Amino acid sequence: MKILMFGWEFPPFNSGGLGTACYGITKSLSEKGAEINFILPQNQKIPEEFLNVISAKLPKIKIKEVDSLLISYMTPQHYRKRFLSLDEKNLADNYCNGLVKEVCRYSQIAKKIAKEVEHDIIHTHDWMTFLPGIEAQKISGKPLVSHIHSTELDRSGGHGANPQVFSIEKEGLQKADKVIAVSDFTKNKILKSYGINNNKIEIVHNGVYKNGFSDSLNFKKHFNFGNNKIVLFLGRLTLHKGPDYFLCAAKKVLEKNKNVIFIISGSGDMDQQIIEQAADLGIADKVLFTGFLRGERLKRIYKMADLYVMPSVSEPFGITTLEAIASGTPVLISKQSGVSEILNHCLKADFWDVNEMTNKILSVIDHDELGECLSSNGLSEIDKFTWDKAAEKIIGIYGQLLNNKNLCAIKRF
Amino acid sequence: MPSICFYFQVHQPYRIKKYSVFDIGQDHNYFDDENLKEKGSKTVMEKVAKKCYLPTNKILLDLIHRYPEFKISYSFSGTALEQMEQYAPEALESFKKLVKTGNVEILDETYHHSLSFFYSDDEFIKQVKLHRKKIKELFDFEPRVFRNTELAYNNELAYLVEKLGYDGILAEGWEHYLEHRSPNFLYKPKGTEKIKLLLKNYKLSDDIAFRFSNSGWEEFPLYAEKFCHWVNSINGNGHTINLFMDYETFGEHQWEDSGIFNFLKVLPEEILKHPDNNFKTPSELISSYESMDELDIHNILTWADTERDLSAWTGNSMQKSSLKKLYELEEDVLDSNDKKLIEDWRKMQTSDHFYYMCTKWFNDGDVHKYFSPYESPYEAFISFMNVLNDFRFRLEKTK
Repeated sequence: MKILMFGWEFPPFNSGGLGTACYGITKSLSEKGAEINFILPQNQKIPEEFLNVISAKLPKIKIKEVDSLLISYMTPQHYRKRFLSLDEKNLADNYCNGLVKEVCRYSQIAKKIAKEVEHDIIHTHDWMTFLPGIEAQKISGKPLVSHIHSTELDRSGGHGANPQVFSIEKEGLQKADKVIAVSDFTKNKILKSYGINNNKIEIVHNGVYKNGFSDSLNFKKHFNFGNNKIVLFLGRLTLHKGPDYFLCAAKKVLEKNKNVIFIISGSGDMDQQIIEQAADLGIADKVLFTGFLRGERLKRIYKMADLYVMPSVSEPFGITTLEAIASGTPVLISKQSGVSEILNHCLKADFWDVNEMTNKILSVIDHDELGECLSSNGLSEIDKFTWDKAAEKIIGIYGQLLNNKNLCAIKRF
Repeated sequence: MPSICFYFQVHQPYRIKKYSVFDIGQDHNYFDDENLKEKGSKTVMEKVAKKCYLPTNKILLDLIHRYPEFKISYSFSGTALEQMEQYAPEALESFKKLVKTGNVEILDETYHHSLSFFYSDDEFIKQVKLHRKKIKELFDFEPRVFRNTELAYNNELAYLVEKLGYDGILAEGWEHYLEHRSPNFLYKPKGTEKIKLLLKNYKLSDDIAFRFSNSGWEEFPLYAEKFCHWVNSINGNGHTINLFMDYETFGEHQWEDSGIFNFLKVLPEEILKHPDNNFKTPSELISSYESMDELDIHNILTWADTERDLSAWTGNSMQKSSLKKLYELEEDVLDSNDKKLIEDWRKMQTSDHFYYMCTKWFNDGDVHKYFSPYESPYEAFISFMNVLNDFRFRLEKTK
């Protein structure tokens, strides 16, 4: 089975869960025999050596770059800034001057790709790839799968959703033959706000590579923060991730227990605001900012933490939660998240309920046995959430879409 | 000639409300649990009284009137009796009526349905005495037989209970300890002189208590006739069949529409059809039959789960730690001579609080079977520990 897949980001060049998910999904799909052409808008040339690593590791996945200024999780303002910062005048001629226009240009390129690359299924991930997917389908007529990892309504945190993006999302969902939602939480959003038919939507929960985080679980002991416990926020600093709620809870925790350090890992459009907020609350000395982390540093920060907090206002899934648990760290997650519907061995609170978040943070800090139980039970529970299971479901969805003759072919995988 | 011995457990805990760190130092009414909504103690007591206690008591009273040889026994926790006085006085009255018939025996237990025996002998004895007093007050009855919380049992318990003057004690009839012996006889606990051990026939008990409405069970549906056929097949092979179960089996665990009430209504008639069968209370068994053998049960045996141990109450580190921290306070609490403090401390000992913290079944699907007022075992622990912290502050102030 040959899959033409349109994505936005792929590790190591990812800035969020989408890249992690694309890696997990494509790797497990390829292990089940699928051949994948992964189309990636990219302005900087991916180093050859990296592509070689990928092709050695994942022989059935080919990454095709499309020269573009598009970056995942980009807003029109970000795009504009990036476009205007281009030095050479002639370089600017290669790209469009607006985000949506650039996405349209990308879709035209997709047409060409669909002609050149043989495929049985078109699989797109989130809004930026929806128009390319639709264009590709016009050429090949193959079944179109739209995979929703987050919607504009999530990303905007309920305030000021971009109407152009929203309408592209809607079109992509309507024209898709199947929609994959990463959670029931997201499925409900698609049903309610985008008016998509219930029968068309399938839920495929994300997974985690447990072993990628579980090595050197004893790392925590090597760090010396004195008597201080560490509470971690890790995510983009945007409204919908709720970093401001995290700080409000931090303030309340510190009023009752001084021996806590709060670490904020990540960057985003709220960088400045969050740093200022910490200062305004008078807790700047207790809040550390690490910026965006990846690789070994990411693994270390998870392990250093005594508690991981995901206070998202609206979180379609929340892969970082599974990564924290795989690192042996207990988690407190917002009930407004997809992962909270499948995870039992964790603490939960409404994102707006700062007192309840404080109550739970303090409980983990004060009672080691609570963290121990959460950690050991969490580690066994996440065995259920693997990329292999996600890929198995996706293969099933592909199977439904293809005709019987092709279905027989799939079974051979 | 097997005797049928029914013992029903009647228990309700004072549940601890959702109690936040911000309540510490502000709110000392730990058991005023309206924030648990439909799972709060008052609502649960009212519901259980309506669905189980009242209708089942009525059926049993009618049966005793119709069959003077029909006998049953109960153990009531003190916390259940107090809540009946508060929230369901009509249920308490109907229990009193049953006891007055003379066909009903009451057993003793720890007033607060606690695991105190495993933490403090002194505290255990105090709670047993409180229970005796309450049973005397409410029912004018003096129990001769003892059962411990969750039927948790070992040789040492039997030894202490004999010293307290009881004639008998109850335990689970688990083949792991019985080896090839039958649960359908009385035994002598190792290290004791006279006290007799009554063992639950868990197979026949659980056919009623757990499997009755399970349509996946190969014996489903269970009719009284079939059940009596199983009872009769033991004839000559045992003195007694001890059917021990939670009273909530009737109408609450097995709903009325499962036919459980009709089963109960016709059971005595079916049992008594066989001339060798009869009904006996635990004390009557003890005076009728001798111990067959000595039983050596060193480890803690309970009636719970496939493991028959206390792991559902003390298995994880949250449970161990909260129990330890609670019982550490014993001396200070008693020294305070503060009635309210002592009472709160004892109510916190009720085994249910620790059961709610059990993580071993907290996975998909099992959540519904879980009779917890909290969203998770972790929430149960958090509220308990916050309450314990507030309690400690109060205790400090008395010094």
